[in-house]
Amino acid sequence: MTCKDILAKKIVLVHTPSALQAPMSTFSLFDIAGPIMVGPSSSHTAGAAKIGQFARAIFDSTPTKAHFLLHGSFGEVYKGHATDRALLGGIMKFAPNDGRIKEAFEVAKEKKIKYAFEPGNLGSGYHPNSVRITLENKKRSMTIVGSSIGGGNVIIIQINGFDVHLTGNSAEQYFTLVVQNENLPGMLAKITGFLGNKGIRIVNMQSCYLALENKVLSVLSIEKALTLKEILDLESEDGILFVRTLNKLAQ
Amino acid sequence: MTKNYIFHNAKELLEHCHNHKMSIWEVMLNYELQLSKKSKKEVLKMLGDRLKVIFDSIDAAVKNPEMSPSGMVGKSTPLLAKAVRDFKKWDKKLLLNEAATRAMLGAVATGENNARMGVILAFPTAGAAGVLPGVIFGAKHKLKLKEEQMLEMMLTASAIGVIIANTATLSGAAGGCQAEVGSATAMAAAALTEVRGYSPETSLHASSLALKNMIGLACDPIGGLVEVPCIKRNGIGAVFSMAASDMACMGVESFVPFDEVVRAMREVGDMMNPKIRETALGGLAVTPTGQRVAEKMGLLNIGTNPCSK
Repeated sequence: MTCKDILAKKIVLVHTPSALQAPMSTFSLFDIAGPIMVGPSSSHTAGAAKIGQFARAIFDSTPTKAHFLLHGSFGEVYKGHATDRALLGGIMKFAPNDGRIKEAFEVAKEKKIKYAFEPGNLGSGYHPNSVRITLENKKRSMTIVGSSIGGGNVIIIQINGFDVHLTGNSAEQYFTLVVQNENLPGMLAKITGFLGNKGIRIVNMQSCYLALENKVLSVLSIEKALTLKEILDLESEDGILFVRTLNKLAQ
Repeated sequence: MTKNYIFHNAKELLEHCHNHKMSIWEVMLNYELQLSKKSKKEVLKMLGDRLKVIFDSIDAAVKNPEMSPSGMVGKSTPLLAKAVRDFKKWDKKLLLNEAATRAMLGAVATGENNARMGVILAFPTAGAAGVLPGVIFGAKHKLKLKEEQMLEMMLTASAIGVIIANTATLSGAAGGCQAEVGSATAMAAAALTEVRGYSPETSLHASSLALKNMIGLACDPIGGLVEVPCIKRNGIGAVFSMAASDMACMGVESFVPFDEVVRAMREVGDMMNPKIRETALGGLAVTPTGQRVAEKMGLLNIGTNPCSK
């Protein structure tokens, strides 16, 4: 599938029952009447904020340093489209429709987050609207590569150099769960068993090994959001390091 | 057996309208309920939130006009707002009526708010986000629409958007401006027709008339920014959709059915040179004026790839 195909079809790299049942892609009402976003561009502003949000959610703590390597068109036109402010806003948890994106530089200074933007080249085979985000603080450093594929939809394609495929889900009927755990036997069974006991179905799941930290990161699409208590319960299990729900990323 | 409301083209949409004895907006609402498993209340609440964004966005640009960072746009909203405020005086000079003048204001204000990083509803895209707010803003005043009728307009418009997204594209990078502002005028024309009580068939004729008028339109933004010609194109596009809807209401029919018009639009999009598909390498973008602005903004070498947006 070329990027033009993706753009032409607008979305649906997400596993949804509708996409499986229907022979053609099935658009939601809110794919057409939406998203609500800060201008000016759905791919260069809204999508950028979503990638930033995603990175921040996976990083799971406040960064003190953020570096953005802007690939392709992102590197060429980021100033005119406020891609920089949107990315920076995203890593401060601003949603694509958050008016504070406009003041992202000022807010980052207040929060003492050091940031830098650098146009560059990630290599061939990357979507022209891609960015490599490196987030750092005392606890950890993490590198995330994401692409904005049109209409405000995004894919996270690498975490710490490992290939993944996480979509900024616009289908809205599923919730994303991110779990990091120690690299021990039986950890995935523990997570899926926990969800099974709550009667929550898993519709998609991916795991990647984070070599630097010797940890495993899993991303699950689940049909029901976890309550805060359930998140804390799962997090308190032996070997589980953190649990995050990314349901707020869907708009 | 549960009822099916999913459609991919105008033929299927019309079948659902007949089988369920529903208007387009009712089929679209049931389509979404079937697809998302959300409650009706939830879907209408989400639509209501989006309608509020539409009006807030127009309001923001009217109350607090501001130039975009490029300096290209921001001046038109106050001029149009002045004519709308003082319409009695302007009525003697203008050729269009108050609803059309308001539609131009609603569309241009939304575009100028987008260009200066205001919050907008991408309906169906950010580049074509002005047309529907424009016609809703214009029709509301003339037809004294209640909120629920405006939500119905959004549903009717979205049904047309679903058909175009399935058969062709809504992206300027893939299909040129005909796919963005062109699609938005087709969506708006159906919404304007159905809200006035006309049948699904008449509404689709309005969509066909509107889209046929836009076939071939290039996407050639100066500096690759969603500003020139996009914003005023939305303003005039809103009036186009009113004309298409009015013609359909008088009984004028499109000779070519909507599904075929959409396929033709896609074929023309496929034939388009990438230079006029949102890459800022052709058309208005490379006029001396366009190049001068792009150079000033440091945006001269952008968009070498047609997929870049």
